[in-house]
Amino acid sequence: MVLEGVNKHFGTLHVLKDVDLSVARGEVVVVIGPSGSGKSTLCRTINRLETIDAGSISVDGKPLPAEGKDLAALRAKVGMVFQSFNLFAHKTVLENVTLGPVKVKGVKKADADKRGRELLDRVGIASQADKYPAQLSGGQQQRVAIARSLAMDPMVMLFDEPTSALDPEMINEVLDVMTALAKEGMTMVVVTHEMGFARRAADRVVFMDDGRIVEQATPEQFFSHPESDRAKDFLSKILTH
Amino acid sequence: MDAVLDNLDVFAEGFTRTVTLTLLAAVGALLLGTLIAAMRVSPVPPLRWAGTAYVQLVRNTPLTVVFFLVVFGLPEVDVILSFFQFAVLALSLYTAAFVAEAVRSGILSVPSGQAEASRAVGMTFGQTLRLVVLPQAFANIVPPLASVFIALLKNTSIAGAFFIFEGTQSMARLINANGDQAIAILAAAALAYLGLSLISSALFGLLERRVTVSR
Ligand SMILES: Nc1ncnc2c1ncn2[C@@H]1O[C@H](COP(=O)(O)OP(=O)(O)OP(=O)(O)O)[C@@H](O)[C@H]1O
Ligand SMILES: [Mg+2]
Repeated sequence: MVLEGVNKHFGTLHVLKDVDLSVARGEVVVVIGPSGSGKSTLCRTINRLETIDAGSISVDGKPLPAEGKDLAALRAKVGMVFQSFNLFAHKTVLENVTLGPVKVKGVKKADADKRGRELLDRVGIASQADKYPAQLSGGQQQRVAIARSLAMDPMVMLFDEPTSALDPEMINEVLDVMTALAKEGMTMVVVTHEMGFARRAADRVVFMDDGRIVEQATPEQFFSHPESDRAKDFLSKILTH
Repeated sequence: MDAVLDNLDVFAEGFTRTVTLTLLAAVGALLLGTLIAAMRVSPVPPLRWAGTAYVQLVRNTPLTVVFFLVVFGLPEVDVILSFFQFAVLALSLYTAAFVAEAVRSGILSVPSGQAEASRAVGMTFGQTLRLVVLPQAFANIVPPLASVFIALLKNTSIAGAFFIFEGTQSMARLINANGDQAIAILAAAALAYLGLSLISSALFGLLERRVTVSR
């Protein structure tokens, strides 16, 4: 996945400034940075939930298609997990996971159900398959959301602060699932402030500030010897909490 | 009183047509209104603009003017229909603007994150609307839709001025023939509208209970 010279404005606000980023297959990149620095916007441009004003983004060697069938196909290849889970409230947990495969990929209902149950088992919530999202805890809902993304067999998965809406005791159950995914070789871009996860699972940490990528390094290097003043300043703030 | 009881068949003919006009226009308005609501939330700006323009234009035009435009305007461009068909068309076009607003407000009541998640798994705009948004919006669409359709029921009386023998026309004809019993005839017509409104309210009430239970 390659981003080159990506720029994005919201009205007069310049949210992404000349962002260059490439992520290799199997690589796990953690994106951190202060609030409003453009981390979410970056994720959203990668599966084109937001359009960009300049630059190019390509996934698997192909540039992002415009609106339409091709775009839908691309989105199926790029999984996305949101801070607020965004499960389909009127569908059961299992239906949340199978809707995409059945409607987008044309997988047979029975096959999709079987695979869906396997995925739910993998994220540790097989017993909740027939409940509705509202009946689940936040941590369980986020694991369903991860299973829903996995069901599309994505090449890359984007996580936008997947644990920041969770109570502390539920954060680890979600991070464990993500760590396992990383170990299995999934290509991941993860916006998170969970240092433990970054150290454990990330190959690279990308620090963003004010719409720019300011610094990139291995987690070890970044957390112990940040180069830029802004990264030092940021780390000192979050580490004192 | 006699004038009413002796002419129940006239009333029946008129109000039957009121009901048919209402039902046909309701179907037309529902289809067109849902389409316009979909346009208004679509990712394609020109469609959004067209949808918004339609709603603003039609909502702010008196129904009588819409009727005039349809009945006298369409023949100018060689669209020749029966007066009944014109009436159904005019009522559908007009009511669609209100249906569109009810549907749109229902759509907006569904958290937008779900639509994003749906697009993120690769569903198209149409699939997202049909499979994720509308099923959840439905419970919030039904209550305002009930008022829209009751207004439609009463609005069918405008068709009377355009050569359609509906409820209000049957009343007018009976009053012309029995001027001394005008009050009784008016009261009977008002009662007929009231009865029909109550029936549709009751039907919508049932529907509302079903959609809220099934959530
Ligand atoms: N749809 C939008 N319209 C206008 N401005 C937006 C929109 N989305 C985001 N912004 C603005 O763009 C900037 C970057 O937002 P973004 O959500 O990408 O930041 P972030 O790094 O994810 O922050 P946070 O840590 O708070 O989630 C912010 O100033 C935000 O207010
Ligand atoms: Mg964000």
